Amino acid sequence: MKQLMIGNEAIARGAFEAGATVATAYPGTPSTEIVTNFADFEGVYAQWAPNEKVAMEVGAGASIGGARTLVAMKHVGINVAADPLYTFAYTGVNGGMVIISADDPGMHSSQNEQDNRGYGRFAKLLVIEPSDSQEALDFTRQAFDLSEQFDTPVMLRITTRLAHSQTMVEKGEPQTPVLKEYKKNAPKYVMLPGYARGRHVEVEKHFEALREYVETSPLNRIEWGDRKIGIITSGIPYQYVKEVMGDISVLKLGIVNPLPRKMIEEFAAGVERLIIVEELEPVIEEQVRSWGIKVEGKERFTLLGEYSPEYLEQQLKGAVPPVGFGLEKEIPARPPLLCAGCPHRGVFHTLRRMKLKVAGDIGCYTLGALSPLEGMDTCICMGASIGTAMGLEKARGEEFAAKTVAVIGDSTFVHSGITPLIDVVYNQGTSTVMILDNDTTAMTGHQDHPATGVNIRKQPTNKLDIEALVRAIGVKNVRVVDPLKLDELETALKEELARREPSVIIAKRPCVLLEKVVVTNPIMVDPELCTGCKSCIRVGCTGISFNDEEKKAEINAGCIACGLCEQVCTFDAIKPVEV
Amino acid sequence: MMQDKITNVLIVGVGGQGTLLTSRIIAQVAVQMGYDVKVSEIHGMAQRGGSVVSQVRYGTKIYSPIIKKGDADIILGFEKIETARWLDYLKPDGMVIINNERVNPLPVMSGKAKYPDNIHEKIAAILPQTVIVNATEIATDIGNVKAANVALVGLLSAAVGIPAEEVEKAITDIVPRKALEVNLQAFREGRNRYRMAG
Repeated sequence: MKQLMIGNEAIARGAFEAGATVATAYPGTPSTEIVTNFADFEGVYAQWAPNEKVAMEVGAGASIGGARTLVAMKHVGINVAADPLYTFAYTGVNGGMVIISADDPGMHSSQNEQDNRGYGRFAKLLVIEPSDSQEALDFTRQAFDLSEQFDTPVMLRITTRLAHSQTMVEKGEPQTPVLKEYKKNAPKYVMLPGYARGRHVEVEKHFEALREYVETSPLNRIEWGDRKIGIITSGIPYQYVKEVMGDISVLKLGIVNPLPRKMIEEFAAGVERLIIVEELEPVIEEQVRSWGIKVEGKERFTLLGEYSPEYLEQQLKGAVPPVGFGLEKEIPARPPLLCAGCPHRGVFHTLRRMKLKVAGDIGCYTLGALSPLEGMDTCICMGASIGTAMGLEKARGEEFAAKTVAVIGDSTFVHSGITPLIDVVYNQGTSTVMILDNDTTAMTGHQDHPATGVNIRKQPTNKLDIEALVRAIGVKNVRVVDPLKLDELETALKEELARREPSVIIAKRPCVLLEKVVVTNPIMVDPELCTGCKSCIRVGCTGISFNDEEKKAEINAGCIACGLCEQVCTFDAIKPVEV
Repeated sequence: MMQDKITNVLIVGVGGQGTLLTSRIIAQVAVQMGYDVKVSEIHGMAQRGGSVVSQVRYGTKIYSPIIKKGDADIILGFEKIETARWLDYLKPDGMVIINNERVNPLPVMSGKAKYPDNIHEKIAAILPQTVIVNATEIATDIGNVKAANVALVGLLSAAVGIPAEEVEKAITDIVPRKALEVNLQAFREGRNRYRMAG
């Protein structure tokens, strides 16, 4: 019987049906649910790795060890894992290995919208792209066979819209996992220059074989229709093309690297106009042009963001956008924000109050950059905060460093904040680093990590002691504070910023969403004492709002009595409800 | 009772209001009834109190998982200004169900922007097929405020013409047993309200 599945669940199912027994990942929207779903199957091993590079290396080891292996990450995670990826493309596999790259056109939840099909071309990988959940399951399953057949890791490239759309899926019969024999084979798996030269020859051979294979692969197909227009497309844009273009001819690519040149030439010859519809970069278009084929592409379509059916209808058929109802002008924006009672709020309130420069990082706390907290100067990628703060110091001197902090979450610190902290100690920086330890990877939906002491299956495991780790690196000034005790936090910051040596302040308090909060000590605003100064409003909490008619602040139903606004109020107007 | 027509339902609200459960119930019912179904959701950053949208499409064959602007048959808005924000997705003769609930966004809370007055009435003035309901009140009267979204399922399912038995079956499958009776009551009351409004 068919059932609804999001793309990510279908990928996990496909890997399970293919007999994969090892899966490893670091959480990242839109890829997170792949390995959480895989972990629910019996008889398989699944794990959160500290970061994507480790995930890729564990995956490589598992494959060399003979197991079919799934490695999943978001697009920018592939950057972190690129080093092992490029060379694992040389060694090739033993058990099949499928790497999921979950791209995010439109940046629903990311810092860039890079197109990871480019990795396929660079690393000579087979890149497969499904268009719905059924294909996500089927293609994942086939990808394991192809990985073993062509001795190469296979990249399954998906986008947010596929990862998080539910479509109908018919499950298959799982095959029994086979653990392939392990044999020492240094020329294949030890990438010394002498051996690697030999492997490069093999990579080119395999890639030539793949060029042959893709011409007849069932993953690529031509749907002949009216031949006035022919469209080459793949992934989710295929669905939009089918939605709006009716009975035209379509070449649907399930494999986007390498491209089936003969098939494309045949298709081009069979239609009057050839158009390529691909989100982001002109990856297909540039190759097709290079073969001397006349094609329409990015001169008609944007390089930016996610496409939609109405966008294609406008670009391809000249459709006029609907006029709408004209109400949007008076609708205020609703930006995402930190939850009521979020411990990060105390930190950003204090950083803003102290007028500090803040090198930020990736997590819920990046929202501290938005109004009204506006407490962040930079945010580049996972783990960048500490290195960025160090660079600011080396460019502008210790005086500047005395007004600068790096802010990084616990999961992000473990991911890639440790080595830059070693750099600060080694190269005698004086940075003050705040580790916002909320005991979870919150933004992606509360996954565990090495410092929570719990594994992906919610079983207890060894717990990384961040404080001991930081001391072992050589940071002498380490203190733990409660981010919702503002005096304590401000004192710690003042003292540590004044030091001419590295300091780490661990702001420790669990994410408010981890456990259901029961408010035992509700608070209220005393209208007699409230002067309407709005200093409590400027902490940007959904638990308190300003009543424009009364010109007073008032507590909302969302308040969890974290005490932050009480501390901010200089008129003692916010206080416990008298029982 | 298959029909060739495709039904497009847009469910909008504020992260945390329970739009996801509602879209899943509707989608499950469409599956039970033998339709091709696609549902699109956005996870991650947008869930942190931001504006959220779920899109449910069903019919004999569905391609795009997202609804074209101007092509939604019905918009179910869990919150007033979110309904207005997404209104341009509606067909000119489409239907709107508005939960008469106000959740102030941050710019309003901090006094930087104004929450528009009577936005639900403005929508009703433009679109004759508008139903305004207070699902929180329905759920509170029944005795569990959390059942508000299932009351909205009652209205929505009646609006798109899905039989009550099919929805009750899906609710029974999805909702935990101890909350089932309250949720079924909320659902039935929602159906009732739709009939009264019609």
